[in-house]
Amino acid sequence: MAASERTIPDRKATRERAAEYLLRRHRFRPAEALPWLIAIAVYFVFPDRMTFGSQVVIMVMFALSLDLILGYAGIVTLGHAAFFGIGAYTVGLGAARLGWTEPISGLFAAAIVSAFFGFLTGWFLLRYRGLTLLMLTLATAIMLQEAGNLRSDFSGGYDGLPGLVFKPVLGLFDYDLYGHTNYIYALVVLAVVFFFVRRIVYSPFGQALTGIRENVRRMHAIGSPVHRRLVTVYTIGAGIAGIAGALFTQTNAYVTLTVFDFDNSAKVMVMLILGGTGRLYGAFVGAVVYMVLEDKLSKLSPTFWQFGIGLLLVLGVLFAPRGLLGLLENAGKYLSKFRSKP
Amino acid sequence: MPHFVIIAVSILFDGLAYAMFLFITSVGLSVTMGLMGFVNLAHGAFAMAGGYVVVTLTRTLGIGFVPALAISAVVVGAVSVVFERFLYRRLYKSNDLEQVLLTIGLAFMAIATATYFYGPIPKSVPLPEWLQGDINLGFRSFPSYRAFLIVLGVVLIAVLWYGFERTNIGAKIRAAVDNRRMAESVGINVDLLFTLTFAVGSGLAALGGGLAIQLFGLSPNFAVLYLVLFLIVVAVGGLGSLKGTLLAALVLGIFDTAGKYLLADAGGFFIYAVTVVVLLIKPAGFYGRE
Repeated sequence: MAASERTIPDRKATRERAAEYLLRRHRFRPAEALPWLIAIAVYFVFPDRMTFGSQVVIMVMFALSLDLILGYAGIVTLGHAAFFGIGAYTVGLGAARLGWTEPISGLFAAAIVSAFFGFLTGWFLLRYRGLTLLMLTLATAIMLQEAGNLRSDFSGGYDGLPGLVFKPVLGLFDYDLYGHTNYIYALVVLAVVFFFVRRIVYSPFGQALTGIRENVRRMHAIGSPVHRRLVTVYTIGAGIAGIAGALFTQTNAYVTLTVFDFDNSAKVMVMLILGGTGRLYGAFVGAVVYMVLEDKLSKLSPTFWQFGIGLLLVLGVLFAPRGLLGLLENAGKYLSKFRSKP
Repeated sequence: MPHFVIIAVSILFDGLAYAMFLFITSVGLSVTMGLMGFVNLAHGAFAMAGGYVVVTLTRTLGIGFVPALAISAVVVGAVSVVFERFLYRRLYKSNDLEQVLLTIGLAFMAIATATYFYGPIPKSVPLPEWLQGDINLGFRSFPSYRAFLIVLGVVLIAVLWYGFERTNIGAKIRAAVDNRRMAESVGINVDLLFTLTFAVGSGLAALGGGLAIQLFGLSPNFAVLYLVLFLIVVAVGGLGSLKGTLLAALVLGIFDTAGKYLLADAGGFFIYAVTVVVLLIKPAGFYGRE
């Protein structure tokens, strides 16, 4: 009797401590305003590079969706471009074949279609691990590409669906030559998506995902519905990648089957790894660094750029497995230790 | 002879030649993955390197095609040991993701290096006369290069089968694939075994790369473009299984060829459809361990 009486308040205290821990992590820190301030500053400093800027914002969102799947849940996929492509084609085909040119509802449609596809494939594929899962996700993306190529009369094939015209955003902001509207539009969508992802990551559901990544057997053992959680996060990640794809089509006003390329899946993974996985802002750092380097170096020499990205990956795996943000964190710890000594 | 029989024979012949290429190139990958569970996405880069060594040997140094194939296999096999010793070794205990990233980084570097030295335009090789024409089998003539590929494939299968099933080293490899810890505890040096199979596997990949030039042409993208096929063969066959790799290569080679003959528009769709169906039913492949 005495023992059980003692355990009840204990358990309550533990729960409160856990809730307190989650709330504390979920609180906003001042530093978190930094990326958004930079994004707004970029708008005023580089007004003539807004077309490139909106592409960077879209890749940040794409990398963020992968972070949810790969960084938090630990699902290693080589076919994430499938969802980007589905989103891109939902909007593209909607505009070209159905005359559905309203952008915001297009985003919702893309999110729903990609999420549904993510749910379907995830439900089948997430029972597998390792090489089998890698090959199945890869094959899924390539099969979509081949299917699009097979019906190129409908999809436009590798020539794409060019010259799409979309209605002004909210009926107010029309697209301009310099891409100012595109940049702000993409940035606002990114902000909405980001706070949604942030909410998920710091929720108990997000903690369960991290648990699955760290030790799937133990999560099974404590009765966590592992498969259901993995499918859920895969569906959400697919939906977000779909939104990124839809924005890609809307801002470029064209789309081709190359969005399903293995290169696209690999590229987004490289960005995320470069920034750091499972840490929300890794997607920001990685995508920005990658896109800017690519922009500068590939103009210089595409071969050199490809060699550089390969070298970056090899060095990253060997010396900075937690990405650029991980390196920064280590440097910060080192500095504070250094300072506290004397 | 009825039309459909001729088509069936053509599919079988071309499919068999294709399957031999797939088998030769993938078998090393299957065994090394079975031994260490290492996801090696740079395997295609070794095949590409082999192809370019053959190009240099035949075009610049004027060595015959067949000796060039052999030299290239030995050179690439030897070079691969350096990579295995200095880079791969460090990540044996890491997770899939880190292995994928390291090896894909190596593949990118290999592509860039090849582009720098050979340019992005596809290369071809000069073939000896006896490989250029057709062989007439009475009812239909077949390109002799493909016939050569099939014969070479059968010889290699025989050699590998003998090495795998009838020699001491083969028995040790099979033991290590089955249960690595047990094999180590009875005194098998699995590390050394792995280096050896890695070298042989990369050499065979180089041979496959050299053979592929005549079939598909050789450009730097070869390293990634065909990598997917090799991985599919390995996954469908089952890691570390010679039998499985052969069966997977045959099934995928013949299905893909049949798809391209009968439904040209569907292109590569078949090979992926077969992969997905097989892996959904048997996640570890034909002869893999669950």
